Amino acid sequence: MSALWVGILVASAGCYLLKVAGLSVPQRVLAHPVAERVADLIPVGLLAALVAVQVLADGQSLAIDARLLGLGAAVVLLMARAPFLVVVFGAALVAALARAI
Amino acid sequence: MIPGDRQVVVDSLGVGIATGAYGVSFGAVAAASGLDVWQACALSLLVFTGASQFAFVGVVAAGGAPLAGSLTALLLGSRNTFYGLALAPHLEVRGWRRLLTAQLIIDESTAMGLGQDDARRTRLAFRLTGVTIFVLWNLATLAGAAAGQALGDPRAYGLDAAVGAAFLGLLWPRLTAWPQRVVAVVGAGAAMGLVPWTPAGVPVILGGAAAVAAGLVLARRRAAVQP
Repeated sequence: MSALWVGILVASAGCYLLKVAGLSVPQRVLAHPVAERVADLIPVGLLAALVAVQVLADGQSLAIDARLLGLGAAVVLLMARAPFLVVVFGAALVAALARAI
Repeated sequence: MIPGDRQVVVDSLGVGIATGAYGVSFGAVAAASGLDVWQACALSLLVFTGASQFAFVGVVAAGGAPLAGSLTALLLGSRNTFYGLALAPHLEVRGWRRLLTAQLIIDESTAMGLGQDDARRTRLAFRLTGVTIFVLWNLATLAGAAAGQALGDPRAYGLDAAVGAAFLGLLWPRLTAWPQRVVAVVGAGAAMGLVPWTPAGVPVILGGAAAVAAGLVLARRRAAVQP
């Protein structure tokens, strides 16, 4: 089996078990203010890190290219309260146009 | 139908359709990241939690090890555990029903469920939103991945830029207050700084960890200032 499939199956089993755990463990086990705060912060920190790496990393180096223009378009669209799909494909369109010019 | 339930049904279907449709972008992004149609569909069927799926393909697309992608997906998926904890007293599911219900726990089904004023409507909104998204998300993933593969070079269509926009779109609604914004800036800055020094996949995990640590310090400071 390829490493990619192994990764997919590990992510699948893990994410499912995390969901089942929430419905199964007694309330008091995880009901700690610090645990809840960490759970709130994880998506914010990770998603921001993912944005940075996705837009600026080119292998092991940093690069400024059409992806940054795409992200700029996404910011404008989000501020205009555009729906998710419009944001995603709007960013792609801007980056594609920038490359075509 | 009991009066008032109608509104719950309409709202749940609305959220379900809007969310399910953006599975198209996941499928297209997965194909652009080098996954085949089966792999994209397996992620939507089995992982079924959007941010984790995007994170997995994002790390793989950046050249990271698939297991680094899995770890990132699991860290993002940990919030579903807390959603389950909050939902459990209202859902009251046991045995095999609990195992099926668990897979429906995601941001949108939880928000719709917990937004109701009694347990019966919580169950209705949670299930209807969850099932609608599950069905549409998987169909949309298949369509997006097939289209993405047919298109060829993803860069020519800017699909590599779409991944960053997708993460920003998932992050945006969480940036409602200053502590969260600071945490986001720390996460992005730390990850960017780590890119030249660590293998692909690692900057995201360490950057995210640094951001969470900064957020906890910030919260403690604020607690000290405002007793």
